[in-house]
Amino acid sequence: MNESVESIRAADAIAIERTLAGDRDAFRVLVERHSGTIFRLAYRLTGNHHDAEEIVQEAFLRAYQKLEQFASQANFATWVYRIAANYTIDRMRQRKQEDARRQAPSAEMTDDVEQDPLRQIPDAMPSPERLTQSLELRKQMENALNSLTPAERIAFVMRHCDGCGIEEIAAALKSNPGAAKNTVFRAVHKLRQVLQPQFAPRATARAMGTES
Amino acid sequence: MKHLSEEQLIAYQDGESSGRDAAAAHINSCAECQAEVNRIAEMLAAYQALPVPDPGEEYGRRVWQQIAPRLAEKRSRWWQVFLEPRRLTAAGLVVALFLIAFLVGRVSKRVDHGDAALTAEQVRQRVLLLAVGEHLGRSEMVLMEIANAEPEGASVKQVNLSSQRRRAEELLDENRLYRQTALQEGDTGIANVLDELERVLLDVAHSPGNVTPAQFKSIRQRIDDDGLLFKVRVLTQEIERRENTEKRGPAESGSAKVERNNQA
Repeated sequence: MNESVESIRAADAIAIERTLAGDRDAFRVLVERHSGTIFRLAYRLTGNHHDAEEIVQEAFLRAYQKLEQFASQANFATWVYRIAANYTIDRMRQRKQEDARRQAPSAEMTDDVEQDPLRQIPDAMPSPERLTQSLELRKQMENALNSLTPAERIAFVMRHCDGCGIEEIAAALKSNPGAAKNTVFRAVHKLRQVLQPQFAPRATARAMGTES
Repeated sequence: MKHLSEEQLIAYQDGESSGRDAAAAHINSCAECQAEVNRIAEMLAAYQALPVPDPGEEYGRRVWQQIAPRLAEKRSRWWQVFLEPRRLTAAGLVVALFLIAFLVGRVSKRVDHGDAALTAEQVRQRVLLLAVGEHLGRSEMVLMEIANAEPEGASVKQVNLSSQRRRAEELLDENRLYRQTALQEGDTGIANVLDELERVLLDVAHSPGNVTPAQFKSIRQRIDDDGLLFKVRVLTQEIERRENTEKRGPAESGSAKVERNNQA
């Protein structure tokens, strides 16, 4: 039997209230109910099982610590999702900085896709399902995701994998809706560029809205 | 013909409403832009279809085991102590009202009538009914499966209850929360049934995944002896009735609660 959204929120409300009243074990219900969703988000953001598990744990630890601040929120699932996204973006940025410090400047990631091996993808146009069945292409798609900045990746995953609204994405990015929308667009644009020739625009000039 | 920019095409594909009609008119008449929209859609669909590993049914439990030792006990708020025993009706108001108002959508109207305490109690009742109603439905499924399971033949050495055991473990935590909340709300009718349910769920949750026919019989006997399935169904119906009553007219008198408690 699937629980309705309303009843899940009601169940969450009771668990939150009891946790705040000092019943630590009541938080367990929230953890067990929402861990899977947060894991899926974290995995999509990191592409790594181990990192995803760490993010899930940290998100719930932070949610527990901040639970007193939850009063004006309507939906625990959305709230903990946002905590996970916030934490992930900080973590990804920190990792990028650490990587950058370790690597020689010439090896830093740039927007230059001309030398990217992903450009060698065979020109075929199978269905999305068949595409993702192709291990090679899947790897290329994951690599393309890795080429995005942390903010772009989070914005893209939230928008196009989890169907989040722009306001929600803006909140996760600690930004404004206009900037969040632009980040989503930039992410899609970059992915198309990197995943040439399957998904890229036919003419680079198209981005400028030129005549054919 | 001037084609749409990539930004316009991506925005169109994303459901952007601004300038949508003009974009749609162009795309419908321009094969090249139509093809571009399709390519964008294909890429997005491919990303949506990228598999995410299933962390497993026990994942939430594992996460809890990993983080539980790191969670400091929260002190209950000092003013709750002074508001016993009706503490949660008043003390939980701060948290629960904002949270639950979204669900119920009736709070502001009734607060306007100047009866905030009653409103808070009604809101809390509604939330409890919603949560318990759903919980009873899932519990009934587990009890039904056990009640209807038949060890086949005398040669059967073990009965596999691993699925029911796992779900009983999940239900136990919620059951405890709802039972305690019902008690605090003074809803002994719900609390009593949940108390009986909790004992059976505990038996199932603590049983090995594969039980002997004798163990299985003992668990089922307990369900039968307590008339638990019947009580769960009656309470489910009662909750549905109360939910319907509240939808028609939310103000519920104190005498109605006394009546419910007497029935229990």
